[in-house]
Amino acid sequence: MAGECSDRLRVPPMSERATRRTIILVPYLWLALFFLVPFAIVAKMSLSQVATAIPPYVPTFGLADGPTGWLAKAREFSLDNYGVIVGDRLYVDAFLASLRIAAIGTAILLVIGYPIAHAMARAPERWRPILVMAVILPFWTSFLIRVYAWIGILKPEGLLNELLLGLGLIGAPLAIANTETAVLIGVVYSYLPFMVLPLYAALERMDRTLLEAAQDLGCPPWKAFWRITVPLSLPGIVAGSFLCFIPITGEVVIPDLLGGSDTLMIGKTLWTEFFSNRDWPVASAVAVLLLVILVGPIMVYQRQQARQMEAGR
Amino acid sequence: MEPPERPSRGAFAPWDEPAARPLVVFEGVTKRFGAETAVSDLTLAIYEREFFALLGPSGCGKSTLMRMLAGFETPSAGRVLLAGQDLAGMPPHVRPVNMMFQSYALFPHMSVEKNIAFGLEMDGRPRDEVGARVAEALRMVKLEGLAGRRPHQLSGGQRQRVALARALVKRPKLLLLDEPLGALDRKLREETQFELMALQERLGLTFIIVTHDQDEAMTMATRIAVMDKGRIAQVGTPPVIYEAPATRHVAGFIGEINLVEGTVSGCDGRRVTVATAVGDLTVADAADSVAVGQAVAVAWRPEKTRIVRAGEAISNGRAVISGTVHDIGYLGGRTTYHVDVTGLRLKAAVANAARSVERPLGTGEAVKLAVAPDALLLLVR
Repeated sequence: MAGECSDRLRVPPMSERATRRTIILVPYLWLALFFLVPFAIVAKMSLSQVATAIPPYVPTFGLADGPTGWLAKAREFSLDNYGVIVGDRLYVDAFLASLRIAAIGTAILLVIGYPIAHAMARAPERWRPILVMAVILPFWTSFLIRVYAWIGILKPEGLLNELLLGLGLIGAPLAIANTETAVLIGVVYSYLPFMVLPLYAALERMDRTLLEAAQDLGCPPWKAFWRITVPLSLPGIVAGSFLCFIPITGEVVIPDLLGGSDTLMIGKTLWTEFFSNRDWPVASAVAVLLLVILVGPIMVYQRQQARQMEAGR
Repeated sequence: MEPPERPSRGAFAPWDEPAARPLVVFEGVTKRFGAETAVSDLTLAIYEREFFALLGPSGCGKSTLMRMLAGFETPSAGRVLLAGQDLAGMPPHVRPVNMMFQSYALFPHMSVEKNIAFGLEMDGRPRDEVGARVAEALRMVKLEGLAGRRPHQLSGGQRQRVALARALVKRPKLLLLDEPLGALDRKLREETQFELMALQERLGLTFIIVTHDQDEAMTMATRIAVMDKGRIAQVGTPPVIYEAPATRHVAGFIGEINLVEGTVSGCDGRRVTVATAVGDLTVADAADSVAVGQAVAVAWRPEKTRIVRAGEAISNGRAVISGTVHDIGYLGGRTTYHVDVTGLRLKAAVANAARSVERPLGTGEAVKLAVAPDALLLLVR
């Protein structure tokens, strides 16, 4: 017995503490190496000026410069690129359009995703894994290919128009391809699992007797949905919405393939700036600004997740 | 908190009055879930102001019966009537019945106050009336200070009170309680039993309680329905259920009992002699009529058994069974002896009236068990 007691009180030996520290350190190192360092590079680039060189900007820092050289070069940094972006309607409009499309897309996703998640959570228990599988199934095909497929569906002589013309519902092909509508269709299609899964997790966990109790107290089922089900699934609603809103704002592939030249989204603008204009500093400034804009929603999302964790304890 | 007083039931027995109209009637009710029959052709009447207990092991259909009253299940056959009205097709939210759930089912996103107010708000009561009635309900369950708390900030006993207040605040004709005390520890459970009885008496409501705890049913109920495999084995007041069980199942389910199988060897009116493995036992007052040669059981309660040393004398007229003490359970207030008699193990419970026993019986000692003929029960079913 005495042995057990002293055993519990003993200080872990050095090697054990070192092991623990290493285990905690690994994810931090990962984050530092693959998030913080690249971000620092991008931030630094956003303060540089475009130049016809390789890499296409100045200043560049070399080991040969030495500390004095680095200091001299650092004086060349400026916020000019940010001034360019803020002063140019094109960038401002692209930012606003991205936020608008992300907001509308998220709203549509919520309206479509909620009934799906609700039905999944109410399905017989043995069906539920199959239904979850069905929601995840599209991930087995490349995202790019799936978005390409929508071109085939939405173009003037595509599947959708053929079908509607064949049914006699429309007289002339609808111009959906290369519009904001097409982008929204693509966004809703691509991000649906990210909305459905958190909602399903929240709804599935809900105690069904709460609805019985509500009914027993005189609450008709439709009212019980709004008074009980929706408030209790709020964590799922928040998680799903931010999980969609944040990446949709920076979406590149969908507006590029489905939006045509009319749809300006900031992700696509960034891409053009970087690869077509080869203006790396401005592209970097756009990236930094996008991150700054999304920090707010990301922090709300993180707070919600943390609160969830605490409530679950 | 004052100790709750046990209310006297007086001469309350509407089930014996032919003119009394029952509040709840189950009429040939059957409920099937797929191939399984949960309730089978069951008929039962429950009267106003009763504290009625549905007692039985899990899976006996007692909860299903209650859920049919609340409207969460529909009978496969038969009718359920409340105050003479057939409840068929009436959804749960319009039934004048409230239920207290076993899990309490408190809304986790609402405060105690909001939980209790929920039912009144659903009825569209004016705000000041809701406030007044919620305050009254909180007083009733002694939770005045906790109105703003969320359910997860309450203890189990407090949650139970909130659930009770929420179900009672609408003043239902009928309150259904599904294992209401199941989650409480023993001491709190006993206290709450008396509080529930006092509350029911004071408010003049009808309670139906579902429980698997026989002590709970015996303590609280005006009448008990003992259920077994979707049927009612017996309905009666607690003393009737205990002293005159109708079947072997009821006898075995309520309290401890000694049960010996045998065949009828003699019949003299209501006086029946049964040949058993422990000798001939004569039942003074058999409830069922039997014929010679019929297989029956004779049963008696351990506390109605006298136990003496083999050599000691026993007054005449009692059935005497000889055996040896197998083991002894000392429970403070009483002692239970397990006595081996020709392959059977019989129990005798003795109240420890004196503070100490000079020469207590020991394990392995030869003893005699004596039972008065009027303590013996004849069980046919």
